Amino acid sequence: MSEILKVEGLRKAFGGVVVANGIDFSLSAGAMHCLIGPNGAGKSSFFRLLLGEHAPDAGTITFDGGDITGLRSFQRIRRGISVKFQVPGIFKALSVRQNLEVAFQDHLHGHSLDATIREMLEFTDLQGEEMTPAGILSHGQQQWLEIAMAVGVEPKLLLLDEPTAGMSPDETHKTGEMLHELNARGITILAVEHDMAFVEQIAERVTVLHFGSIFTEGTIAEIIDHPGVQEIYLGTSDV
Amino acid sequence: MTPTSSTLAPRSRARVLLARLEGPQTMGRGPAFWGTAFLAVAAAAAYPLMADAWTVGNAAYFLIWTFMAMGLGVVWGYAGALSFGQTAFFGFAGYAYGVLTLNLGAAYGLTFVALALSVAFGGLFALVIGYFMFYGRIQGVFIGIVTLSVTLVLETFMAQTAGPQWRIGEARLNGFNGMSGMPPLTLPWFGGDILLYPGPSLYYLLLGLVVVCYLGLRIMLNSRFGNVLVAIRENPHRVGMLGYDVRLYQMLAFGIGGAFAALSGALYTAWGQYITPSSMGLTSAALPIVWVAVGGRRDITATLIGTLVVLAGFQSLTIYGSQYALVVMGTLLLLTVLAAPEGLVVGAMKLLGRVFQRSKR
Ligand SMILES: Nc1ncnc2c1ncn2[C@@H]1O[C@H](COP(=O)(O)OP(=O)(O)O)[C@@H](O)[C@H]1O
Ligand SMILES: [Mg+2]
Repeated sequence: MSEILKVEGLRKAFGGVVVANGIDFSLSAGAMHCLIGPNGAGKSSFFRLLLGEHAPDAGTITFDGGDITGLRSFQRIRRGISVKFQVPGIFKALSVRQNLEVAFQDHLHGHSLDATIREMLEFTDLQGEEMTPAGILSHGQQQWLEIAMAVGVEPKLLLLDEPTAGMSPDETHKTGEMLHELNARGITILAVEHDMAFVEQIAERVTVLHFGSIFTEGTIAEIIDHPGVQEIYLGTSDV
Repeated sequence: MTPTSSTLAPRSRARVLLARLEGPQTMGRGPAFWGTAFLAVAAAAAYPLMADAWTVGNAAYFLIWTFMAMGLGVVWGYAGALSFGQTAFFGFAGYAYGVLTLNLGAAYGLTFVALALSVAFGGLFALVIGYFMFYGRIQGVFIGIVTLSVTLVLETFMAQTAGPQWRIGEARLNGFNGMSGMPPLTLPWFGGDILLYPGPSLYYLLLGLVVVCYLGLRIMLNSRFGNVLVAIRENPHRVGMLGYDVRLYQMLAFGIGGAFAALSGALYTAWGQYITPSSMGLTSAALPIVWVAVGGRRDITATLIGTLVVLAGFQSLTIYGSQYALVVMGTLLLLTVLAAPEGLVVGAMKLLGRVFQRSKR
C-alpha cells in the first residue's frame, strides 16, 4: 500500500519543553491507526504540527505525495487532511444544520445540500436535531457532529484527538463503528486514544509516543505485551 | 452529474438568489413578515405627501446613516469584529465626494460618478486597513483600538489642513472648518438638471437605496459567504480547520462594511454640501456602535430599525441640548448591554414571533 503520510525528523520545542523530539512516522493509505501515550507525551502537539498550527523547528511532512511542511492550516485541509479536536470544535450558537452547511457547502459536487445533510444526520444519529443549537447537544452528540463536519471537507486523512473522551461505553462503541464506516469509504484514520477497548475495536496498528518520541509501534497484541509500554503507563495514573 | 451553479439558466439562478432573502442568518420570513415590510415601505413612500419639505429632508438625513449602521452590523454582528472606526471610511468618502465634485462639476451626472468612486475608494481603504489588521493577526478588542486610532488620526490630520497648500485641484480642504460648497447629487434631465437638495426627491432616492442595500445584504448574509462569516464569529479556529482562509473572509467583510460606511459618508456630504473633520471624531465614531447595539447587531433588520428609531429619538433629545442627548445615548447602550444584550429590536421581534406562532396553533 502506498504511503499517504510521511513524517521525517519532526522536532518542536517550547522553551525547554520538547514536544516533538525527532519524530519519524509513516502511515499507509487506507489504514486505521492509533496513537497512544501518557498525558503530556506530545500527541496533541503532533497533530498540531501535522495541521500547521505549530511550525516545526526541524523536519518535513509529506502528505499524499507533496511536501506540506510550509503550508498554512487551511491549505493543508484543502489538500485532504481533516481533524476532530480533543475539545469539541463546533459552532455552538448555530443550529446543527448550519454547522453541517459550513462544512459541506463547498464540497457538494452537484449533490443537493438537503440530501447531504439528511445523510449526515442519519450517520451521526442526529435525526430530528437539525434545528437544535449545537451547543445544547449532549457531549457525545457534539463529538459526532464534529466528526461529521470533519468528513464534510472530503478528507483523505482524518485525525481524531481523543474522539471518545467523556462518552459512555455504548457511545464509544458506536463511534468505533462510525470510524469503520468512514474507513470503508476510503478515509485513512489516525486517532489518539486512551481507551484500549476502543483501540482494539478500530486499530490495526498502534504507535506509542513518549516524551515527544516514537517509543514503539506494532499490532495491538504486541503493544499490550510490550514490557516497556507497561512501564510507561504504570508511571501514570490516568489510564 | 447534476448542473452546478455556473451552468444554471439565468432564471433559476435568480430564483436561487431570491430564496436567499430568507435564511438562518436573517430574522423574518413568510407572508406576514414581507407583508409588514411592504406596508412599511409604502408608508415611507407616502410620507412626503403628508410632511413639509424640511421634515422630509430631515427624514432623508436619517436614512443616510443606515448604510453605515448596516455595514457595521455585517462587520461586528455577523463577522464578530467590533470596529470602532467606521467613521474613518465615512469621512474618507465624504471628503472624496467633495474633492471629486468640486473638480469634476455636476454636469452629465458626474456627481453620481463621484458618489460611486467615493464608495469604491472608501471600500478599498477599508480593505487595506483590514488586510493589515487581519493578516497582522490583530484580534478581539485590539480591532476596536486600531480602527479607533485610524479614524482619530484621520480627524487630526484633516483638522490641520487649513493652509492654502492643502488643496486638491480646485478643492481646498480647509482644516478644522471642513469643506463646503460642493454640489448636491444632480440628475441630468431633459430641459435642465434636477438638483437633489434635501427634500422629497433626495428622500425617494435614499429610500430606494436603503431597500436595495437591505435586500442585497439579506441575500449576501444567507449565502455561503454569510454562512462562513457567522461561523467565524462563533469559532474562527474551526472555520480555518474546514479549509477556509479565515483572514480573507474577515478582510472582505471589513471591506464591505467600509464600503457601506463610505456610502453614508458620500451621501452625507451630498446632503448637506459640507463635511468636517469632526465627522471622524470620537463622538461620531461611538454613535454607530450605539445604534447597532441597541437595535440588535446580529440581525440586519434589527440593525436597520434600531438605527432609525435611535436616530429619531436622539434628534428629539438634542433639541434640549446635545450633551444631555449623549448621556442618554450612553445610558441606553449600557441598559441594552445589561438587560437585552441581543438588542431591543431583536428581543421585540422574537417576542412577536412567539406570539404569532402561538396564535397560529
Ligand atoms: N503551546 C505550548 N507551549 C508550551 N508548552 C506546550 C504547548 N503545547 C503543549 N505544551 C506542552 O507539551 C507537552 C505535550 O502536550 P500535548 O501535546 O498536549 O500532550 P498530549 O496530547 O500527549 O497529552 C505538555 O507538557 C504540554 O504542557
Ligand atoms: Mg492531548
